[in-house]
Amino acid sequence: MVESIQKLGRTGIEFISALGRSGVFLLRAIMGLSFTRKGVGLLVKQFYQVGVLSLIIIIVSGMFIGMVLGLQGYSILVDYGSEQAVGQMVALTLVRELGPVVTALLFAGRAGSALTAEIGLMKATEQLSSLEMMGVDPMRHIIAPRFWAGFMSLPILAAIFSAVGIFGGMLVSVDWLGVYDGAFWSNMQSAVEFDADVVNGMIKAVVFGLVVTWIAVFQGYDLIPTSEGISNATTKTVVYSSLAILGLDFLLTAVMFGGL
Amino acid sequence: MYNKSVELVVGLFMVAGMAALMFLALQVSGLSLDSQKDSYRVYAQFDDLGGLSVRGRVSMAGVAIGRVSDVSLDKESAMALVEMEIYAEVDNLTTDSVASIQTSGLLGDKFVAISVGADEEYLQDGDTIFDTQSALNLEKLIGAFASGQADI
Repeated sequence: MVESIQKLGRTGIEFISALGRSGVFLLRAIMGLSFTRKGVGLLVKQFYQVGVLSLIIIIVSGMFIGMVLGLQGYSILVDYGSEQAVGQMVALTLVRELGPVVTALLFAGRAGSALTAEIGLMKATEQLSSLEMMGVDPMRHIIAPRFWAGFMSLPILAAIFSAVGIFGGMLVSVDWLGVYDGAFWSNMQSAVEFDADVVNGMIKAVVFGLVVTWIAVFQGYDLIPTSEGISNATTKTVVYSSLAILGLDFLLTAVMFGGL
Repeated sequence: MYNKSVELVVGLFMVAGMAALMFLALQVSGLSLDSQKDSYRVYAQFDDLGGLSVRGRVSMAGVAIGRVSDVSLDKESAMALVEMEIYAEVDNLTTDSVASIQTSGLLGDKFVAISVGADEEYLQDGDTIFDTQSALNLEKLIGAFASGQADI
C-alpha cells in the first residue's frame, strides 16, 4: 500500500522534473541558434536531412489524400447535384485540417524518430560529452540546428502538402470525373478565406513543428544511454508526438473555428 | 564543411514552400493583390435576411460591386441592418435605388442585388437605401399556397 503510493509519488516527481528539464532544454535550443558562417552551414545541412528528405513522402501522401478526398467528396455530393462544391470541400479539408495534421504525423514518423535515434546514439557513444570536453557546446552544434531545421521545415512541408493535395483533388474530380473546372475553382475561391483558413492552417503547422521537434530532440538528449533506451526513446517520440498533435489540433481548432 | 549542392537543394525546398503558399493564397483562396479596393459604406434595412451573412456578395445586374461587411439587428425598428461596402468606382447608385435579397440558384448563397432608380442624386458614404425587398422565404411561400391564400 505504502509502496504503491510511494511509486506514484516517484512517477509524479520524475514527470515534473522531466517537464522542467525539457522546458529549460527548449529555451537553450531556441537560444542556441547562431548566424555565423559555420552555424548557418550546420543549419542548412539539417534542413536537408530533416526537410528536403521528407519531401517525397509528403508529396506522395498529399497527392493520394487529395485524390481520395476528391473521389469521396464527388460520390457524396453528386447525389445532391452539387458536385461543383467538391473543390471547396477538398480545399477546406486540406488547408484547415489534413494539411497540417497529416504532415505533422508523417514528419514525426519520418524525421522525428530519426532525430531522436541520431542524438540518442551520440549520447550513448558519449560523443556529446566528448564535444563538451573539447569545449564545444553540443547545444549549439548538435541540438539547436536540428531543432530549428525541424521547426521551420514543417510549415513549408504543410504548405506543399496542401497545394499538392488540392492539385490531386483537381486531377480526380475535374480531369477524371468531369466536374466543370471553372465552378471547381470559383467555388473554392469563394469558400476559402486567406486570413481565416490558410493563415490558421499555417499557425497550426508552426505549433506542430515546435512540439514535434521539441519532443524528438528532447527524447534523444534525455534518454538512458543504452540500446534499449534508444529504442524506447524513439518509440516515445512517435507516440508522444502523435498524441500531442491530435490533442493540440482539437484545442487549436476550437480556438480558431469554434468561436471560443 | 558542406557542399554547394546541399545548399542549392535546401534553397529549392524553400522556394517550393513559398510557391505552395502563393498557390494557396492566390489560386485557392482567391486573394487578389488589389483586394484592398477603395470602397464606401451604404446601409439598408430588411424585414428578413433569410440567411444573408457577412462577406456575402453585393451585385448590380449580376456583377459584383461590393460585399456585405456587417449584419446587425436594429432594435428600434426590429429590422435587420445590413452594412455594405461598395467599390468606390461604382459611384452611380442613386438615392432611390432598390436593394433586394436574392438567392443564386434554387438553394445557393444569398446576396444583395441593387438596382438603380432615376434620381439625380447619388448615395454617399454612410447613406441608407430605404427601398428594400426581403429575402423570398420558401417556407412561407409554400405555407401560403398550402393554406390557399396565394396573395403574398
